[in-house]
Amino acid sequence: MSRTLYQKLVDSHTVARIDAQHVMLYADFHIMNEYTSPQAFGGLDEKGILTHRPEQNMGVVDHVNPTHPDPIGKRTIRIEAPAKQAANFVRNCSKHGIRLFDINDPIQGIEHVVVPEIGCVRPGMVILCGDSHTVSYGALGALGFGIGTSEVEHVLATQTLIYRVCKDMRITVNGDLKPGVSSKDVIMHIVARIGAQGARGYAIEFAGTTFATLSTEARLTISNMAVESGARAALLAPDEETFKYVREHVRDMSPADLDKAVEVWKTLRSDDDAQFDLEYTFDAEDIEPYVTWGTSPDQAIAISETIPTDDKLNDDDCKALDYIGLKAGMPVEGTPINRAFIGSCTNARIEDLRLAASVIKGRKVAAGVRAMIIPGSGLVRAQAEREGLAQQFIDAGFEWRQPGCSMCLAMNDDYLEPGERCASSTNRNFEGRQGRGGLTHLMSPIMVAAAAIAGRIVDVRKEF
Amino acid sequence: MTDFSKIQGVAAPLPLNNLDTDQIMPKRFLFGIDKSGLADGTLHDMRFDADDKPIADFVLNQPAYAQANILVTGSNFGCGSSREHAVWGLQQLGFDAIISSSYGEIFYFNAGNNRLLLVILKPEEIEELTAEISDPANNQLTIDVERQVVITASGREFAFDLTARQKGMILEGLDMVQASLRQLPEIEAFEQRHWAQNPWAKIDLPRMNIKYP
Ligand code: SF4
Repeated sequence: MSRTLYQKLVDSHTVARIDAQHVMLYADFHIMNEYTSPQAFGGLDEKGILTHRPEQNMGVVDHVNPTHPDPIGKRTIRIEAPAKQAANFVRNCSKHGIRLFDINDPIQGIEHVVVPEIGCVRPGMVILCGDSHTVSYGALGALGFGIGTSEVEHVLATQTLIYRVCKDMRITVNGDLKPGVSSKDVIMHIVARIGAQGARGYAIEFAGTTFATLSTEARLTISNMAVESGARAALLAPDEETFKYVREHVRDMSPADLDKAVEVWKTLRSDDDAQFDLEYTFDAEDIEPYVTWGTSPDQAIAISETIPTDDKLNDDDCKALDYIGLKAGMPVEGTPINRAFIGSCTNARIEDLRLAASVIKGRKVAAGVRAMIIPGSGLVRAQAEREGLAQQFIDAGFEWRQPGCSMCLAMNDDYLEPGERCASSTNRNFEGRQGRGGLTHLMSPIMVAAAAIAGRIVDVRKEF
Repeated sequence: MTDFSKIQGVAAPLPLNNLDTDQIMPKRFLFGIDKSGLADGTLHDMRFDADDKPIADFVLNQPAYAQANILVTGSNFGCGSSREHAVWGLQQLGFDAIISSSYGEIFYFNAGNNRLLLVILKPEEIEELTAEISDPANNQLTIDVERQVVITASGREFAFDLTARQKGMILEGLDMVQASLRQLPEIEAFEQRHWAQNPWAKIDLPRMNIKYP
């Protein structure tokens, strides 16, 4: 019987079938952060058991740590509760023999940035993490998805998960992206079109010529934000670009072993006659730089468009507009900002920083705008410093800081004050996400850089 | 002892779609290392203003709904972040069941693992139910888990689906970790086959040589 890539990945990791909908799914790799894991370790302690396969688990402190520009190795968490949480995480990982990237580890960074770059994402793997953006790994043809804390405990204890198998969706995008349009715009376009619930219960497979031209890092942005349409997984069949990326990042395989693996990875694609439960097709030509106008990632328009008029808005939309302080029918372009943020597991990789720097070209951040760049990981930070990007950002007036989630969810001391409006390269514009009363406009990193310099939301293609 | 086969009590209407877990449990309540103390954080920024004063017209602050143990809400409830704190907090605030037309996928499983009952009704049924319970005189509901029906004060019944697995988890409170641990021999046999076929899938992180340039 013909199968989709998703079905193949589920089948190859099925330890046992539970019932018609559920399987016991094996996890090749499992990642934890400091804030969704403590109660899972607590559960194991209560039962008096240890982690089944500690070597296939990893911990990284990323959500609560400050991003002060302290020198590497000298970071401290100065607030009591998060400091306790991080210390507790160190204790748990060491007790269970799990490798932890603590705040002073030079490799530390946002979990979904670190894991691919240390070569732990390989096509055909199943990767779990107590974080919804684990879907990112689909960019490399690995089945990744987020789980809750009870499930983290289950994975630690058994290296498996009781999993409900999804329906299959295929999203095809064909054609070349226009200048000034980035992979962030592709996924924002898709989320805006299919809606925040459009892929709920589905595993998406992305297909089409547009993705073929994108780098692995650009693809990671797309699969990362697929969760904003409710998708449980977001896969791309691995190709030569994927194999090249994996070869460059894997640390523990010989070239000969990699050759053998690539032969297997080449078979990881949907069969030609595989059936999808739902299909969408988009044209890359239609995609423009996107920006959100509301408090859900699907409340977004192309920068040249205007916010829908009253007759097209529902109650949720009106509530969102009320919060964000914009009006039906008006453009988002031209809206003044106070803050600009380049960071997060969506857009804080080296390519994102290179693109942002290419927009700045010696210009300065507008007066009255506080602009921050938070590299996705220690490795990204080091690379950006070697390439001279960091200096360009600093010269332009951006704050160049230490890696972490930072103002993507503002669990540390980087946050918006009430009423502050932020151009943000992150993935969620939920009410209060970046700070209570804060106003978030999601967009690509080059659009954020352009907004920082202009002091208002602009079309990067027009002014830069 | 909670009777998981029948949930009775006041139902509060909260007709918002896509209510995400950031709003159900704002991040400043996520610094704990156990599950306690989350009642205060639940829906905090909807219940309290910036000075921590209750927002009078928010449904849970109205006397008729202050004791609610059932929430009737919009679609895609619990979307967004995976934080299970959202489920723990709703339970600590007194909720035994949520009624919606759909849920965020991770939230859905988190609820099941904690015996928080999630009832799924059709969107038009949610609308009717919301209208009925919005009258404080009619805000009592009964959820009969055995029969899989929601019964309103006026005696109307709304049937809902529950898989055998979910029903078992709610009624019996199955400990999934213990149940799966009994399958460890099967898991280990799978591992041997899997690694033999896919040696590249076996990661040994502590022994990996990761250098910082
Ligand atoms: S960067 Fe943002 S979305 Fe990504 S893991 Fe951190 S908090 Fe979550």
